[in-house]
Amino acid sequence: MLKQIEGSQAVADVVALCRPNVIAAYPITPQTHIVEDLSLIVGQGKLDAEFVNVESEFSAASVVLGASAAGARAYTATSSQGLLLMAEVINCISGMRLPIVLTCANRAISAPLSIWNDQQDSMAVRDAGWIQLFAEDNQEAADLHIQAYKIAEQTFLPVMVCMDGFILTHAFEPVDIPEQKEVDDFLPPFKPRHIVDPRWPRGIGLYADPRFYMETRYILHRAMEKSEKIIKEVSADFAKTFGRDSGGFIKTYKLKEADVAIVSMGSVVGTIKDLVDQLEEEGKKVGLLQICSYRPFPRQEIYNVLKDKMNIVVLEKCISLGRGGILASDIRWSFPRAEKKDRNISSFIAGLGGRNITVDDLRHMVERVEKEPVELDFLGLKKELIADKDL
Amino acid sequence: MKHMIEIRIHGRGGQGNVAAAELLSIAAFQDGKFAQAFPSFGAERIGAPVQAFVRIDDKKVRTREDVLHPDYLIVQDYHLIEMVPVLEGLKPDGLVLVNSDKSPEELNLKTTATVETIPATEIALEIIGRPIPNAIMIGAFCSITGLVSLEAVQEAIMARFPGKVGENNVAALERAHEIMQKR
Repeated sequence: MLKQIEGSQAVADVVALCRPNVIAAYPITPQTHIVEDLSLIVGQGKLDAEFVNVESEFSAASVVLGASAAGARAYTATSSQGLLLMAEVINCISGMRLPIVLTCANRAISAPLSIWNDQQDSMAVRDAGWIQLFAEDNQEAADLHIQAYKIAEQTFLPVMVCMDGFILTHAFEPVDIPEQKEVDDFLPPFKPRHIVDPRWPRGIGLYADPRFYMETRYILHRAMEKSEKIIKEVSADFAKTFGRDSGGFIKTYKLKEADVAIVSMGSVVGTIKDLVDQLEEEGKKVGLLQICSYRPFPRQEIYNVLKDKMNIVVLEKCISLGRGGILASDIRWSFPRAEKKDRNISSFIAGLGGRNITVDDLRHMVERVEKEPVELDFLGLKKELIADKDL
Repeated sequence: MKHMIEIRIHGRGGQGNVAAAELLSIAAFQDGKFAQAFPSFGAERIGAPVQAFVRIDDKKVRTREDVLHPDYLIVQDYHLIEMVPVLEGLKPDGLVLVNSDKSPEELNLKTTATVETIPATEIALEIIGRPIPNAIMIGAFCSITGLVSLEAVQEAIMARFPGKVGENNVAALERAHEIMQKR
């Protein structure tokens, strides 16, 4: 049913429809509403799940790890410092091939403390062997959770659904929440591969000496690469069942004819689409490539849609300090070396710590890259706040 | 609708600014329109200046930027006008609705936009018993603009605050409507 609800409420409702057996999470802004809503759903008896209260995100991740290893469908959510505190367990979860779903309500990381949105938190664990899917709006955020369980339980890889904190989690907009039966038909019960059970003691993820460890990483890497097929299948299957496109690998908007291609991910693509339409009215051909699956990285798909584009600009809400744009590096790597010569790939960092990204900012960015390529710059940076002695 | 309508609500933490934005968006949705509401994402606390945003359109709202050029401003605390640049970006032919017992002329705001006032805190204290002006401000806003139906706002209030709290707020909303209709 189509409802005008908060993004967090939509995610909580949809996670409940996925019938997780165990939920453990520690509240942190801006993720808090999701787990508050879920605890209410469990408390009201609308969902038969174990809601485990914990004293930290480290414990929350450990509880869902244990629950999943015992054969339960498990769910957790976090943001920022919470995800960083989970980092050790995050790597164990993927190493143990546990199909857990985690919502990352994307937020900047400390210090200085910022509760506002950017995507540095999920980037900090991008190499951990988790599938990372980025939502454009709250409909997609909700839909991705249903897909995430299906993908996770077919690939035995954990899935992180990334949605921009506040911008999506706290926004009221229309979201179609499916019926329980529709979700049940789409998402069969979880069939675990291995179960830890005291009646039949065994261990998983325990110890691999130099004779064995490297192979586990190789297998995990291949599993991430191979998950591409499942992600696409599940997205196509979802579109067929629910009648709308959500998720998948990449999406494009007016890209085919575009002279300038903007590449980005998350909720800012909505603002970019408005700009693309405005510029079209003014006679400028600008298009969008939206990355839905950041890990595994859709290199081939990106190449296929960008190979004829000579002016590309990557906009991202994160930075590799001492290196520059993270997504920009990935995009630059997506082209064979010999092809790079005449292609300009500009890199812009924007929206760090919740800095508003306006249509005018984006328009200015496009105007700049039309003149010349930009190796790296920061959109909306207030140079007047920076003293010479700071640099 | 000719173009997307953008509304910015200014108030202090505790005056129900975010709730007002959310209720307007729910009511617009019930009227068959597309709507988006979101807060200004501050570390809000009681008394601090707060903003909330609403967009209403015939088609899906995609943009995520803050409302910088509102068609309508709703100011829940008159004194904020002296503290923060409340009027910034307001469209010259827009409208600003201020919670004040003064007349629009007495306020003497530096804007070409239409100015309307309503003594919302006074009405809130009388009908609701607490100085929370948001239902009165929304009621006056709907009455002046006709952008969102009063019935849809009443439904949204009752769904969110069932029982006495909702009933009092609906009564306050109706009072605001009566006052604006008499002008």
